[in-house]
Amino acid sequence: MRDDNVRKGILVPGLPHPLLCPEKNEGWQRVRDAYDEARKEIEATDAEILIVYSTFWPSILGHQIQAFPEPEWTYVDEEFHDLGSIDYKFRMDPEFAELTVDKCKERGLHARTVSYYGFPIDTGTIVALKLLNPDNRIPAIVVSSNMYANRAESIVLGKSIRDAIDSSGKKAAVIVVSALSNRLHTVEIDPKEDKIHSLKDHEWNSKFLEYLGKGRLEDVSQLSRQFHNEARVPKVVSFKPFWIMASIMGQNNLYDGNVLAYEPVWGTGSAVVTMTPAEDTAGDLEYDEDDPEFYKGDREVLDFYDQPEMGSLEEANGH
Amino acid sequence: MSKGEIVMGALAPHPPHLVYAENPPQNDATSEGGWEELRWGYERLRESLSDRDYDVIIVHTPHWATFIGTHFLGVESFKSLSVDPIFPNLFRYNYDLNVDVELSRAIHDNAADSGLLVKMMENPDFRIDYGTITSCHLVNPKWDKPIVCISSNRSKFYFNSEVMQANMIKLGEATRKAIEASGKKALLLSSNSLSHRHFTVEPEVPEDMSKEHVTNHNQYLWDMKMINLMRDGKTKEMIDLMPDFTEQTVAETEAGCLTWLMSALGFPDYKATVHAYGTVIGTGNAIVGWDPRKAKI
Ligand SMILES: [Fe+2]
Repeated sequence: MRDDNVRKGILVPGLPHPLLCPEKNEGWQRVRDAYDEARKEIEATDAEILIVYSTFWPSILGHQIQAFPEPEWTYVDEEFHDLGSIDYKFRMDPEFAELTVDKCKERGLHARTVSYYGFPIDTGTIVALKLLNPDNRIPAIVVSSNMYANRAESIVLGKSIRDAIDSSGKKAAVIVVSALSNRLHTVEIDPKEDKIHSLKDHEWNSKFLEYLGKGRLEDVSQLSRQFHNEARVPKVVSFKPFWIMASIMGQNNLYDGNVLAYEPVWGTGSAVVTMTPAEDTAGDLEYDEDDPEFYKGDREVLDFYDQPEMGSLEEANGH
Repeated sequence: MSKGEIVMGALAPHPPHLVYAENPPQNDATSEGGWEELRWGYERLRESLSDRDYDVIIVHTPHWATFIGTHFLGVESFKSLSVDPIFPNLFRYNYDLNVDVELSRAIHDNAADSGLLVKMMENPDFRIDYGTITSCHLVNPKWDKPIVCISSNRSKFYFNSEVMQANMIKLGEATRKAIEASGKKALLLSSNSLSHRHFTVEPEVPEDMSKEHVTNHNQYLWDMKMINLMRDGKTKEMIDLMPDFTEQTVAETEAGCLTWLMSALGFPDYKATVHAYGTVIGTGNAIVGWDPRKAKI
């Protein structure tokens, strides 16, 4: 294993079924089992901080970082409320959250901690922390997913988080909560009949998993725009989780990839994958995107893909 | 039993800033004011309701987003704390509300009969979304009426605005039929902003009104286009324009609330009363009332 402050990167899906009712579908159970495997992989490292980036937590005012020391609630998912309530109590690292905000600001990002009793922590984060860190052995921070952020801002966010890890001297595990294809069944289904929503989604998921299995994290990051166009319901401007993950982990293909599960959860491509820093590169880097160090505001460049015209941004005119 | 009716329909947007600015005892955050034009608009809407007797508030909310059909609250009462996920510094509201489960279920059943996929939400631990709480608080701060709360199905994302609108027109009709059959008098709220491109930064003092303006002129022009159609009683034309409006201004009408409201009101051809237009962190917000008594004149 390559000596790196980020000991492990973990991709997990965020829907509640593997937590609340894995027994209803063999695939959901396999995802649950894979969560357990990933937990053991984390436990085998000396990681001291968990960095959670959840695509289930949208933000607008820059990047929000959860810093309430012990968030506690009885949570109900707004869609799958009939699966039951989830009691949780987590342990955050407020100091590390503040450090991350400082590092974000140093790179030009707008960021703040949120530390309020009762703050609505998202389903994806709850499922991930319940299953990957059940006894709160390792403290965590949770980073939001800014709705409007595109690639440059996401890459800089990842680098800012990396700065925080390196300057803290802590060993970290990075948990990214996201489905691959996110098209879910919009009708009630018999859980036993669950399947990936479309063959096209499945093919794109398979392509990404093939790369991830070879440790080609940076290549997957570089393909994010295309994946967004092909296999995502475009609720936000872009598909960001691999930009963030690759940026935190060093923007290369130097990993041992371990695909622990890939199953449909209510039609979505739900994979559990771990990435461990390795000595050998998988090669075939697809570096064709730029590598920004600082965020200087939205340049409002024309994108290849259809995106609504957002108009001038506030920070662009100096307010 | 006499026939039920809609006593008024209103566009009642839910920026939590408006509750924050009023410093009600339920909210933990305190402010120095702000957004008066919109808050006074809500005052005028409340005034217009003061001589109207109604039994229930029915609210369609963007912030209970569902993808598998449309969901309805199905528990008699809820009491908890609502913390806004985007603006937790402004909105931490202790709510205590009652639900008209009978009417909720009646709308649910009618919608199912018209072919829509629907579901009752019966988990007592469920947390009410801040959009519902904000709109209901600003319309009826006494909270002395039960509510019916309807989720927004996100078919706009999965399909397009046209599919969303077709479904919301059906849902509006089902809502009206259920109200008429119930014998109740209902106030309907469409809980959404119009243009919806936010600033991505917040002033140090959130209520610093020297920093408040519409995000861009394009949004302003579109908002005025829609509002003028409301004022002119051309609501069918407004609904026809809705997909373009929503696309061009990333409008919160994407959630379908306003289309549902227009359908429930039978696409009013009488003039709406615009109580206020103003911006909140760059988004366009109008407070508008449709009084069906005007249709009878
Ligand atoms: Fe909203």
